[in-house]
Amino acid sequence: MNAIIFSALAGVVMMFSGIFTKNTSIITNVARVALAVLIAVNLLDTYGGWMIAVDTKNLLSFNKFGFFFNTILFVATFLFFVLSGRDIEKVGSYTAEYYALIFFSLCGIAVLTSFNNLLMMFLGVEIMSIPLYILTGADKKNLKSNEASLKYFLMGSFSTGIMLMGITLVYGATGNFNLPPISSAVTGAVVSDSIIGPLGLLLIFVSLCFKVSAAPFHFWTPDVYDGAPSVFTSFMATIIKAAGFFAFIKLFEERSSDLRVSWKIIMPVIIIATLLAGNITAVFQQSVKRMLAYSSIAQAGFMLFVVYANNNSIGKEGILLYAAAYSLATIGIFAILIRMKDYTFNGYNGLAKKEPFIAAVNTILLLSLAGIPLTAGFFAKYYMLAAAINAGGKSVLWLVVIAVLFAAVSVYYYFRVIQAMYFKEGDAEVENVNNRFKFGLLIIAALIISIGILPSVLLNWFYF
Amino acid sequence: MPIQYYILLALTLFSIGIVGVLTRRNAIIVFMCIELMLNAVNLLLVAFSKMQYNLAFTNNKATVAGSEAQLFVFFIMVVAAAEVSVGLAIIVMMYRNVHSVDVNFLNRLKN
Repeated sequence: MNAIIFSALAGVVMMFSGIFTKNTSIITNVARVALAVLIAVNLLDTYGGWMIAVDTKNLLSFNKFGFFFNTILFVATFLFFVLSGRDIEKVGSYTAEYYALIFFSLCGIAVLTSFNNLLMMFLGVEIMSIPLYILTGADKKNLKSNEASLKYFLMGSFSTGIMLMGITLVYGATGNFNLPPISSAVTGAVVSDSIIGPLGLLLIFVSLCFKVSAAPFHFWTPDVYDGAPSVFTSFMATIIKAAGFFAFIKLFEERSSDLRVSWKIIMPVIIIATLLAGNITAVFQQSVKRMLAYSSIAQAGFMLFVVYANNNSIGKEGILLYAAAYSLATIGIFAILIRMKDYTFNGYNGLAKKEPFIAAVNTILLLSLAGIPLTAGFFAKYYMLAAAINAGGKSVLWLVVIAVLFAAVSVYYYFRVIQAMYFKEGDAEVENVNNRFKFGLLIIAALIISIGILPSVLLNWFYF
Repeated sequence: MPIQYYILLALTLFSIGIVGVLTRRNAIIVFMCIELMLNAVNLLLVAFSKMQYNLAFTNNKATVAGSEAQLFVFFIMVVAAAEVSVGLAIIVMMYRNVHSVDVNFLNRLKN
């Protein structure tokens, strides 16, 4: 509960800070402090320290998994503020409001990690997404930003409509909105035991696929991620996507058996389609930003494995690891990308000669996304596949083999950036590199490598 | 009236909304179609609420079953209003830049 209350309060504080000062660096620092407080109160909540107890009438249920997920996402956001705070200030003249919207979005995430009722899931998804529609269009004079914003908004509210219809049909069949299906008191009801409940669940499934951009519902992702201001793309592609997966997991670990279409048929199809759509299209991109948009679809394909292997502890550890590895690496890569003059692959030519440190960090982060051992990405992918095998045994081996093949494909487009940095002549230009930025990158690289060597450090924390 | 009629009506309205979103090219009309989808859901929720109440009423005269669906309707209205305010702002922003609310215009900006 602490996280929900304090993130909403932090949003209000940010809005007011815009009235009292026009100095953007003060506003950025206020945001960093507010986020640090948010992380602290969330940790207090996790370990049973000081917390605000509110009787939520079982609408929300808090557990360590959710708290820990909160912590990972908040820390990722903190690093995002540290690395890209300067760039948020540059998007437009409403710095305080951008931070406020980010905090409101975090409030939605905190609701999503603790919902126990379909009403709260709906509210969480909406609180999380509505600020993002605005952030996507933050660059008001830029037509691409306008396009992205409108497209994101229309697709987002369309999928909300589908989700609501799904929730309604589930209600019609069961008579309540609770997450763990309480055996309905109204057995023998007109519509129970009919197609309506499974159909409703299928509609919720489709709308969540929209939110996490799983194929075949991914078509909005590249345009939106490409058109949005790069700083906000970084936030959307990492933290928001991971939260979407949490909702997905939480809902379907309780309800997947209600979906009468076999889970074992529907999930592999979605996973393979997502991996295919993300990886193959990413190969043909010329712009690194667009490549990262497709790569985020491909990474979503891997995260879907944990939805497939629902209700198993390796999967839960895996999604925590994946959220940390993927968010940190992508935030770092985007932070560097934002400061590049040219967003194409050629724009990275010769970066290693000019800025050896930044090129080295970028290499580590790209290796992590590709899943090379000794980086966090390797163990993240490993846990995902292990969870699937643990749940399905030998019958899912073919799916795991396909996923590994696609991981090999992804190495190609990640290494294109590394090749451009190290083996091509050119004069890549990076703007505004200062020591604080380098220090932030160093922290991210250190985290990626230390999780990669000892994933148990992060995971053991989960069991304290 | 049997619940089937309500389900049929709501699903029809919902389908009209979906078809509208997928085929119309005017951003405002697409937006209206999304509102139609949400309101079809509201209608169905109220119908289901009454149905659940009637079912529970036969066993227990003091039942409050079904009231949470009506509360849900209020939440949907509030969220829809919030979405309208954001959505219209985005459409106005786009209109200021390109003097059109045609969604087709957007596809020309690809790449």
